[in-house]
Amino acid sequence: MKKYNYFITALIASVLLLAGCGNQNGNGGSNSALASNNAEKVYVAPGEQDEFYAFLSGGYSGNLTVYGLPSGRMFKEIPVFSQFPTSGYGYSEETKPMLNTSFGFVPWDDAHHPDISQTNGELDGRWIFINGNNTPRIARISLSTFETEEIIEIPNSAGNHSSSFITENTEYVVAGTRFSVPVPQRDMPINEYKGNFKGALSFISVAPDNGRLNLEFQVMMPGFNYDLSHPGRGKSHGWFFFTTYNTEEANSLMEVNSSQNDKDFIAAVNWKIIEEYVKNGGGKKMPANYAHNVYSDETHTGTTTMKKEVLTVDPLEVPGAVFFLPTPKSPHGCDVDPSGQYIIGNGKLSADLTVHSFDKMIAAIEGKKFDGEAYGIPILKFEDVLAGTVKSGGLGPLHTEFDGEGNAYTTFFISSEVVKWKLGTWEVIDRKPTFYSVGHLMIPGGNSRKPFGKYVVAMNKITKDRYLPTGPEMEHSAQIYDISGEKMELIYDFPTHGEPHYAAGCPAELLAPKSKKIYRLDENKHEFATLTPDKARVERIGNEVHIYMSTIRSHFTPDNIEGIKVGDKVYFHITNHEQDFDVPHGFSIIGQNTSELLIMPGQTKTSIWEPKKVGVWPFYCTDFCSALHQEMQGYVRVSPASSNIELSWSLGD
Amino acid sequence: MKIAIRSLALVFSLALLSCGGKEEKKEGFSVDRTKTTEKATEAAPESSELPASQRITLDEKGVGQIKEITLDPEIDMEMAAAGEAIYNSNCTACHKLDKRFIGPSPKGIMERRSPEWIMNMILDPKLMTEQDRCAKDLLIEFNGAAMANQNLTVEETRSILEYFRTL
Repeated sequence: MKKYNYFITALIASVLLLAGCGNQNGNGGSNSALASNNAEKVYVAPGEQDEFYAFLSGGYSGNLTVYGLPSGRMFKEIPVFSQFPTSGYGYSEETKPMLNTSFGFVPWDDAHHPDISQTNGELDGRWIFINGNNTPRIARISLSTFETEEIIEIPNSAGNHSSSFITENTEYVVAGTRFSVPVPQRDMPINEYKGNFKGALSFISVAPDNGRLNLEFQVMMPGFNYDLSHPGRGKSHGWFFFTTYNTEEANSLMEVNSSQNDKDFIAAVNWKIIEEYVKNGGGKKMPANYAHNVYSDETHTGTTTMKKEVLTVDPLEVPGAVFFLPTPKSPHGCDVDPSGQYIIGNGKLSADLTVHSFDKMIAAIEGKKFDGEAYGIPILKFEDVLAGTVKSGGLGPLHTEFDGEGNAYTTFFISSEVVKWKLGTWEVIDRKPTFYSVGHLMIPGGNSRKPFGKYVVAMNKITKDRYLPTGPEMEHSAQIYDISGEKMELIYDFPTHGEPHYAAGCPAELLAPKSKKIYRLDENKHEFATLTPDKARVERIGNEVHIYMSTIRSHFTPDNIEGIKVGDKVYFHITNHEQDFDVPHGFSIIGQNTSELLIMPGQTKTSIWEPKKVGVWPFYCTDFCSALHQEMQGYVRVSPASSNIELSWSLGD
Repeated sequence: MKIAIRSLALVFSLALLSCGGKEEKKEGFSVDRTKTTEKATEAAPESSELPASQRITLDEKGVGQIKEITLDPEIDMEMAAAGEAIYNSNCTACHKLDKRFIGPSPKGIMERRSPEWIMNMILDPKLMTEQDRCAKDLLIEFNGAAMANQNLTVEETRSILEYFRTL
């Protein structure tokens, strides 16, 4: 019945849109005026720019996409956890190390929750973080180069889902495990899960000057599923809140067995106390093996360091560090309002939202009003911490964001809608359908102390009839609502890439002025850079051949190379000598077993080519760079392995 | 027929192997492809007879931020050395002293172009080729190979100019 209603709504909407088109004849009614008014709200005229950046996670694409709001135009896909032939990320010698893990080279992940760095609880636009869910990793992406600069693997974790959320001064990026596992990993029967598996909550520090990540400590929690999290802010700064499900500790048929308890918990973790405990020598070091990959935009190169140890903290040994807040119905999203007073548990199998009060939580802790314990961790009384319940009338609440005007917006997956409600009175103000089955939503700055409001973007799981059909598989739909008035207004609908789980947005002026335009050639410290064309050369070390090549519109130096033999391992180290904005050069050569390279101005990148056939083989620039782009090409002569042809190279001689 | 071609190919590749890859230099096909200056004048009747690279336009300052440069009679050798270093790293991909390459040789440029024109051309080649007649003609004469903007500062550009005075 509900679905049917939506089709009717969609039908009406289409009629309205059609009427809007007819408006050109000058006889449009008030409804078409409304439609054209909405069109104006999202229309960014050619040559003009958007008001906000929006960073949408790519889900199973492993990447992060950059959009403009309100236009819904996509500007860039930033490769993070997945190989990306478009730029050569994960294929070039320099970027391969970024995808190293303790499991070897893992060229893909499931990227979930982007979060922008903050200072005093406000977005500062230095970096954006995102988690790899499958092979637990956290990435840091520069918001000046819009490239992945660092990826750290998380040991003792599995299904890195309650991540990557940051504290209000970017002290930590936090990564909680969704799946509890044996710690340390060992060979044991699966059905001995209960009481034996552990859930690690990892606190990774972020160096204020250069953003370097370091896994400081892991809180080893009972074997529940830690689903989502958010930091306290303002008065609750110093705490971190994690929703849990499967407090039943079931290990099979989870769909049924982990939904038995009427209430699961929100775990409240006082990280300041734990930080102090660790500073004073607390915690236990355990052997580990995890990759830390760092990319430098001076050397244009990534390096991997394998870390061998991690500090674990048993919460029972730190009094006052962890408490459980009972929360109904397998809560999913865990969201904290801009004041830091309210902690919202989105009970995904419920119709209602549970709102806990930070003040009440503190009072209950101080009064030691416990309702038992779980594995030694005190459980607070539900009634003592409850601030209120939002009786929404919807079904399946997942995530909540805030507009900074005292309102909250919650997505309801099962009933496909966004519900606007008031903090403190818990009354529902408005509800609007989404198309269809909405997951996350995002208001620019909507999980910080200072939301920018104006728009909410709802990211859906199901697209169905929203766009022209493209076979069984299609991109997920998203809707933009204007939230500047009392009632929300659906103003635009656009497809996204991969499956966006959460997004982060900020005003354009925070990032646009400092967006990097070129890499300076005189700052290029790449080991194999060719900084002046007269240094372009070819060197042989055994069967390794290093070609030091430079490019500028529109030729390669050198462009004729002889003396390469079958069986050689040929490294093309290519430095782009352009120093002008938006003039990359590409490089590809026939039979390359990796991908092309896309080399930014001032950058050096390397591709390996292992020629298998005798002949004269062309290479060329893949990025249309000038009127003479088609002439940007060269030849490599490959001789038999036994040949004694000397190495030689030239350009124009 | 196919077999014939294959065996022919075999013979050729054997020939190739036997002479270590040195193939007989063959003449390409021949058509009269010499460029005529008359045609150039037809296409651009307003320009003088001379190709842009040989024209003397010392009175033109070009378009851009450099309006007036006064050159000291003495060449500042320190500045010229700095300019030479920048020229070597940023310009030699396309300009060579001893010959015409992607673009013209800077040798003798001080006799043809004003200091202002030279600096404006280095600082904003796109603007120059859009708005300056001589720069536009040079772009056509040099095969449409647009000069790259190397994002140099005014100071760096000035030092390149000083280097050009030494050539």
